[in-house]
Amino acid sequence: MELFKIKKDIPFMKHALIFNAISFLTFALAVFFLFSRGLHLSVEFTGGTLMEVSYSQPADLQKVRGTVGTLGFSEVQVQNFGSARDVLIRLPAQKGVSSAQQSDKVLAALKANDPDVTLRRTEFVGPQVGDELAEDGLKALAFVVVGIMLYLAIRFEWKFAVSAIIANLHDVIIILGFFAFFQWEFSLAVLAAVLAVLGYSVNESVVIFDRIRENFRRYRKMNTVEIIDNAITSTISRTIITHGSTQIMVLSMLLFGGETLHYFAMALTIGILFGIYSSVFVAAAIVMWLGIQREDLIKPIKKDNDPGDENSGAVV
Amino acid sequence: MNRYPVWKYAIILIAMLLGVVYTLPNFFGEAPAVQVSSGKATIKVDTSTLQKVEDALKAASVAPQSVALEGTSIRARFDSTDQQLKAKDAIQKALTPESGDSPYVVALNLVSRSPAWLTALHASPMYLGLDLRGGVHFMLQVDMQAALTQRLEALAGDLRSVLREKDVRHGGISRNGQSIEIRLRDAQQLEGAKRVLSAQFADLQAQEAADGTEFRLTASIKPEAARRVQEQALKQNITTLHNRINELGVAEPVIQQQGLDRIVVQLPGVQDTAKAKDILGRTATLEVRMVDESTEARAAEQAGGIVPFGAERYLERDGRPLVVKKQVVLTGDNLTDAQPGFDGQTQEPVVNLTLDAKGARIFKDVTRDNIGKRMAIILFEKGKGEVVTAPVIRSEIGGGRVQISGRMTTAEANDTALLLRAGSLAAPMEIIEERTIGPSLGAENIAKGFNSVTWGFLVIVAFMFIYYAVFGLVSGIALGVNLLFLVAILSMLQATLTLPGMAAMALALGMAIDSNVLINERVREELRNGVSPQAAIHAGYDRAWSTIFDSNITTLIAGVALLAFGSGPVRGFAVVHCIGILTSMFSAVFFSRGLVNLWYGGKKKLKSVSIGTVWRPEGGSAVKAD
Repeated sequence: MELFKIKKDIPFMKHALIFNAISFLTFALAVFFLFSRGLHLSVEFTGGTLMEVSYSQPADLQKVRGTVGTLGFSEVQVQNFGSARDVLIRLPAQKGVSSAQQSDKVLAALKANDPDVTLRRTEFVGPQVGDELAEDGLKALAFVVVGIMLYLAIRFEWKFAVSAIIANLHDVIIILGFFAFFQWEFSLAVLAAVLAVLGYSVNESVVIFDRIRENFRRYRKMNTVEIIDNAITSTISRTIITHGSTQIMVLSMLLFGGETLHYFAMALTIGILFGIYSSVFVAAAIVMWLGIQREDLIKPIKKDNDPGDENSGAVV
Repeated sequence: MNRYPVWKYAIILIAMLLGVVYTLPNFFGEAPAVQVSSGKATIKVDTSTLQKVEDALKAASVAPQSVALEGTSIRARFDSTDQQLKAKDAIQKALTPESGDSPYVVALNLVSRSPAWLTALHASPMYLGLDLRGGVHFMLQVDMQAALTQRLEALAGDLRSVLREKDVRHGGISRNGQSIEIRLRDAQQLEGAKRVLSAQFADLQAQEAADGTEFRLTASIKPEAARRVQEQALKQNITTLHNRINELGVAEPVIQQQGLDRIVVQLPGVQDTAKAKDILGRTATLEVRMVDESTEARAAEQAGGIVPFGAERYLERDGRPLVVKKQVVLTGDNLTDAQPGFDGQTQEPVVNLTLDAKGARIFKDVTRDNIGKRMAIILFEKGKGEVVTAPVIRSEIGGGRVQISGRMTTAEANDTALLLRAGSLAAPMEIIEERTIGPSLGAENIAKGFNSVTWGFLVIVAFMFIYYAVFGLVSGIALGVNLLFLVAILSMLQATLTLPGMAAMALALGMAIDSNVLINERVREELRNGVSPQAAIHAGYDRAWSTIFDSNITTLIAGVALLAFGSGPVRGFAVVHCIGILTSMFSAVFFSRGLVNLWYGGKKKLKSVSIGTVWRPEGGSAVKAD
């Protein structure tokens, strides 16, 4: 089976401007939603108490809301979680009241209304922990960005490093934009997914950059644009199949992983889709704008010919 | 060119063998068990305890699958949970003395059913996180400021009495925030106070200032001493928590220091959070009392008669009763430290107690008046008192330094010191994070994680086989081997598997296939360019390698960042993610190449390889390569 029967190199770079414009637009939209709506942060970040309770019958959310409301909490959120019988209750952190008292009070009130309610889990996070988590998250993001840039700068060239990071940070912002727009819950697991996606979609750029470097060595007569087009064209089938395979896994998580893994898988899905787009169209285009040249990659003294490579002699 | 030397195959075989052995325990499931471990620092679980457990089970006619001493605990496995419950009651009864508390923790547990030869190889199943087995997780913040304040108060008191002893007059000593202020009238007193400080208070550093005609000496705790105080406070709190949690009967509690001032407590299987929290927050106390030396009291001790008025009966550690007066001489509040050590002359193991100024004064008076009599040190734990030691007072003891000695082994001295220190919390703690996961949710989470991995894996393998034929099959097998190694390494490391960890496993597999896709595409491309099959395989693997390496490194950078900065669930994710990347490099490149070499490498005149359709644009039509 072969899904990609491409006869000629596709002139991706001819349309680079359009791709970049599209990217910029989505990016701007994502930033806009991030600022206008903000992220719906989970209890882990904001601090507070989260309770998951389970009823034997589909739960009446209005009643639950009423019961919890009478206890004098402000801003209580009550929603279904996974199935109609499971209910998630979010309580804000209260000064002077310990989490135990909070959750015990709520459970007692719910039990008074319906004795067969059971507590499935509770989660309490103090406000100081929440701040720290947000800080650690930003630190991790900075570490990944700097680490990857350094590695690419050493292994390739600074122009590649810069464009790969721009392309992939743009993915990260777009994922966050989606979470802001739909007001999906942004939890620690989602943060992990975002960072994993950052590492993963840089892969994509690396594969293409690797090809660009190889093409500069092999095809002395092609110009930069042709070289980039050829590199993208010859790796596109691999790009799509790989991402497809990863997406199969993520889809499997989305289908079988339940509510807990839902947003994690969601973040990965968006990351994978935009990862393809950004590495293929954005990263390569930025490299082109930055003016990559054969001389940037092929150092005159460097002798890197593979003895097992039949082509190394023939093309020079 | 596509042949592996024998040693490379040997590596693959050995790695596979290790992988299988260490993955195996995960498949045997778990048996209901009763676990007996020590509930007090002074009690050790040994073969005699094992004998007791076996006898108890025989007496109750419960037949266990096995009873064994494993490390510091005894585990008895059973066929059913009914037997498990019956056995727990029987064991508990047998191990609890007539009067008082059981010194052992008898808890229900689930232990691996894996056969003994696997356990002997240290192959045990992955440790399941709380979100997969249910339980309670707490993170506690220790109030270090309070610990320092407490220490400063004690020091201020000591300072007062030492200055009085040395006849240095002062115009008042007070604790002011995190420092002690001493007011002094003239330069001579100032000199005197400074001398005392530098000679006897190594933990303090002082600064002097003129205050009108008077002088002011401001003493603060030296940074290294402050650090020591904080470390000790944390350690003591952890020890105290250990003692208290033992009461809950949790099979495998985790009590760990996190950062400089935090403690994480995880209690698998515990559902009653309220009780757990209650017990964690409770205090235990130490009391010093005089032994009642009257003849009635002696009689009460020996014959179990009526205890005289104004006295109480407590048990010593060896079970002998001792009658002590109700009047309390000192409480643990006056104890600032307890350390094991050796007597300077007899080289006998001892426990050195340090009392604060008030305690020292009382102790001095009491010992002066009661030479030749016995004094009992009683620890009240769980509302019950136990005599730790009851030595005879040989002389007046001043200075607040007390040595407890008397037929102790080094281990006993250590335990006693620990017990005395651990009586109460060194500094208040606050719960800053709490998670409770019900057991049904845990089981569901396992199923969810398992299904995600299985279905994703199967679909990918099926797709690879359809798309790349034999090469796809090789990729699929390599992916399976990757999973095997991943599980084996996680089991070997005894890493904690959580739901995010299972998600990372699924993701690792999804990403690992990238390497094989790269290789397969490369081989196809070489074939498309008209290279001979053997050369194409060689070039495909060779050229793909640098790309695979680069892309895995960038993914690894992200993984390491998560490991370094992540906490809780993110850490669980990161560990699996990082290990998955490393195993994928081995399985997808080294292992799959081995399989391909085995299949094709020997064939000298290889006409074609089975890698699906190799499509050539020149001809305009597809050329089947196999």
